[in-house]
Order: sequence, then C-alpha cells, then structure tokens
Amino acid sequence: MSRNRFDVKLRNFRGFLRLFFSNTIGLIGFIMLAFFIIAAFLGPIVYPYDITDVAKGDILAQPSREFPLGTDQLGRDLLGALISGAKISLMVGFMGASISVSIGTIVGLSAGYIGGKVDSILMRLTDGMMVLPVLPLVMVLAALLGTSISNIILVIGLTGWTGTARLVRSQTLSFKERQFIERARCMGANNTYIMIKHILPNVFPVIFANTILVTSSAILRETTLSFLGLGDPLSVSWGQTLNGAFNNGAVSIGAWWYYAPPGVCIILLVLSFTFLGYSFDEILNPKLRER
Amino acid sequence: MNLKYFLRKLIQSLITIWIVLTISFILFRAMPGDPVSMFVKSDGMDPQVAKALIKEYGLHLPLHSQYLVYIKEMLLGNFGQSFSFQKPVIEIIAQRLPNTIILALGAQIFSIIFGILLGTIAASNRGKKIDVLLLGSALFIYAIPAFWLGIMLLSYFGVRLSLVPLFGMITPGLNHMSKWEYFKDVSQHLILPAMTFGLAITGRYAMIMRGALLDIFTEDYMITAKAKGFDRKYIIRNHALPNAMLPMVTVIAISLGFVVAGAIQTETVFSWPGIGTLTIKALELRDYPLLQGVFLIISLCVISANFIADIIYMYIDPRIKYE
Repeated sequence: MSRNRFDVKLRNFRGFLRLFFSNTIGLIGFIMLAFFIIAAFLGPIVYPYDITDVAKGDILAQPSREFPLGTDQLGRDLLGALISGAKISLMVGFMGASISVSIGTIVGLSAGYIGGKVDSILMRLTDGMMVLPVLPLVMVLAALLGTSISNIILVIGLTGWTGTARLVRSQTLSFKERQFIERARCMGANNTYIMIKHILPNVFPVIFANTILVTSSAILRETTLSFLGLGDPLSVSWGQTLNGAFNNGAVSIGAWWYYAPPGVCIILLVLSFTFLGYSFDEILNPKLRER
Repeated sequence: MNLKYFLRKLIQSLITIWIVLTISFILFRAMPGDPVSMFVKSDGMDPQVAKALIKEYGLHLPLHSQYLVYIKEMLLGNFGQSFSFQKPVIEIIAQRLPNTIILALGAQIFSIIFGILLGTIAASNRGKKIDVLLLGSALFIYAIPAFWLGIMLLSYFGVRLSLVPLFGMITPGLNHMSKWEYFKDVSQHLILPAMTFGLAITGRYAMIMRGALLDIFTEDYMITAKAKGFDRKYIIRNHALPNAMLPMVTVIAISLGFVVAGAIQTETVFSWPGIGTLTIKALELRDYPLLQGVFLIISLCVISANFIADIIYMYIDPRIKYE
C-alpha cells in the first residue's frame, strides 16, 4: 500500500462520520447490523423464549399464528430460537474478534517494530498458523476443551489472529521509519512507549477495519462449529438450530421453516459486516475512492 | 531451478510440519485430563494389551521423553490403532482420503474455471451493470455458510425435484457391472456436493481475479499495448490474463486450508465418505488416535500443497529468481 494511505484526517471524527453516512453501502450495513443488535437486546423482552420450557406445539408444525416460524421436532417454537440466536452470534463474533485482534495486534506490532530475530520467529509462527487448516484445529480444540460457549469464544479467538498480525506488522513497518518516530526516540522514549503512544494510534484505523472482517468470520465459524455438533448445547445459536434441523430429518420432509430462516439471518448478519468493512475500506483508502 | 529458493521453502515447510506435530502433542498429551485414558481405553480392555499400548505410545515416560517417542512414531507413519474401527489409523485414512480428493478436485475445477471467467468478465466491464451484479453475487456467496448452501441445494434439487441422489458416493446395494457404470454412479452423486463446495470458492476466486486484472489494467505495458493499436480482447487475453494468473496461483494455494473446511462441511451434509465425515465420526466416538491421525494428515496435505504451489510459482514467475 502507498505511504499516504492515511493522510485523510481521521482524527476528525465528524468528518469520518460524514463520509461514512454518505456511503450508501456502509449505511445499509449499519442499518442491518443495528437491526440485529436491537433484536438481540429487545427480542427476549418482547418475545420471551426459554429452551428448557416444556414444548407447547405440534411436532414440526408449519408456521401458524401461534408459532410464526413453526416448531421443531420437539414442538418448540422456532421464532424464539431465531431471536435468541442473534444474541449468541453477536456475542461470539465480538468477543472472539476482540481476542483475535488483540493477539494479532500485539504480535504484529512487536514483530514489525522490534524486527530482527523477534520478527522472524513471530512471522514463522504466523506463517505456520496461517497454513494450518483452521476448522479441523478448532474442532479438535473445542472437543478437547469441552463445548461451553466461553470455550468456543476462546477457541475461535485463539485461532483467528494471523491475518491481523500480518496486516499490523506491514503497517508498523511503514510507520517505523517515519520522522516522528525517530524524533520520539531521540527524546528518549522507550520502545513500549513508542509502540503504544505513536505507532498504535496510527495503525488503529486499519485494525478497526480488520476487526469488522474478523468478527464476521468468527460468526461464521461459530455457526459451522455448532452445525457440526460442537456447539454449546445449552445456547440456542443459529448453527445449533441448523444442526437440529439436519439431524432430525427436516431437510428430507421439506420443513423449510426449520432450516431456511437461521441461514438467511447468518447471511444478512455477515453481509452487514461485509458492507461496513467495504465502506470503511473506501474511507480509509482514498485511492479506492478515486477508482 | 533456483536451489536457494527451493531450500528456503522446503525448510519453511518442515518447520511448519514440526509446529503442527508440536501443537498436536500439546493438544493430545499435555492438556488437562489423563492421556492414558485417551489413548488406551481401559474399560473392557485386556490389561496385558493396555500395558503393551502404554509402552508403545511411551505414556509411562515423563512428558519430555514422551515427546521424543511421539515425534519418532509420527515420522515413521505410526499413528496408532483406532478404537472404533479396530484397525491402524493410517489404513482408515488411506481408505477415505481418495474420496475427499475426488470431491475437492471436482469443486476446484468448477470454481477455478468459473472464478477466472466471471472475474475476467467483471474486470473488463468495470463499473457497468454486469460488474456490479457479479461483484454483488460474489459478496453474497461469500457470506453463505457452505453447509447451509448444501442444505438448500439438497432440499431443492435432491428432495423437491429428485434430480440427484440424496447422500453418499455410490448407490447402496447397487452392483456395478462395469467401470463405466461405477463412474456414472459416482458422478451423479458428485454433482451436487462438488457444486456446493465449488460455489463457495468461486466467489473468492472471481473477486481475486477481478482485483488482479484491475491492478494490471493500470500498468504501463497495458497502455503501451493499447498505443500499439491492439484490440481490447487481444490485450486482455495476451497481456493481462497471463499476469493475473500469478496472484491466482497464490490464492488457490492459500485457500487450501479453506478447501479442507469446505470439504468437512460438504461431506457432512451429503454424507460423503471422506476425511471430513471421518473427522466428525472420530469426534463423536471420542476416538483420539483417529482424531490425531486425521488432524495430522489434513495438515500435512495442506502444507505439501502449499509447498508445491510455491515451487510452481517459481517456474511461472521468472522475476522470483532474481530476488
């Protein structure tokens, strides 16, 4: 990337917001995400649901007035399951991503700034992790640690940091040689201080944009894990619902109300992050705007 | 052949293999819990056999000597005995691996052809309606979990229209009279899984192809070619495409890890008897020797494929030799 990538004055938060809200795609993404966040917080209040509740409906009943999205193989309400899934996906996404991005930032900053042996060891490690097939690793980890929701967040967080590390390292390298860093060093600032006070704020916009992508891949990963039967059985996530649908023959009897809605929700949520990421990229990368 | 480049890549791959072996050792031996009970099912097993197994895996030794025994055994290809199949792990994997390779190859061929084609169409019509449409669909496909795509395709083409078989790789109970019949049966079973799996990667390839071409369009040699009076199609075919293939090779190699993930999901949905369903089975039965073997073999495949891609890259990009 070119050196003048961040010459746009991002410290001007209002300017950033103005750019952001004038971007249609970003706005659509923002509205979609807001919808899911509101559903996750208000949904359970407006539409109470408890997985341990006694089932009230018929088995695999079609959508009706009482059950707007039908019922599952035990006669439980599926709309409630859908709403409670929003909270879990968002929670896993945000928490998993914050673990990944923190590890990635620390690794990338240290590798890029300290350089030398530290750099080559950390980057070999990152390359090694990058080559590893993540899904089998995550599956093995989840199986060995036990499938509680906190373990799943931990596992997803611990395996998803490599992209961030590389990105932060390359950005750090480009800032390291700038004059203001040299000036700080001349004034006697130590490495940790320079990394945290001078480099991190400059790299932050990239980290922020990257966090969005990491969040959506964390959400997809949780869904996949749960579908494969490695999710937390007590938390009704969208992947968990799909696992139930698949293992109870919903596909072969065509019970679309069981397996279609969770998938649509996952797609919309991931798309909202994709749109946000796309618009941030456009704002942060002035070259793209000209294109 | 550039020996220095070759050696560097080889050493890198070997280090990665060592990292994988170590991660797997930490996962399966040093985690809380009793490794003896993980690798030797004590209940119902002849104590003599159990003792022999403990000795074979070196489970009675201190952790650091266990590590050496483990590395030695793994390098010799001795992954131990599966509990659930009562067979050596390596035999079970050797049986299943070809099926996954068939599926992955089918999907890769599908997605490479369509990815390059759609990416080229999008890039050469940049900003027009068709570009926006293709870009939008690529983003959309990117957001779909592969297994859900499989479920939807299965429920429509398999259940609703009954066009294709619902599960497995061959029709159970069917006696194949000839090689051709067998091939036909497998192909029928392969179409939907390969399409599911392929679609999931096509969007990725198309986006990369488009990006690579757009970068190349701004290069000086493209302007030169235009100035020479070549027509647009000729320039794209003979100047832009060959250069855009370079990033594609890298992406295809890098996405191999993704291919494994896609294979596990697709195989689960379509009950394809490959490595993915084997992994799930090993997890469900808590068959740790099998699980460890599968994990190591998958990683080894991905690492070797990456290494091969690096070497191919060296051949098709002459610039790398002057590095």
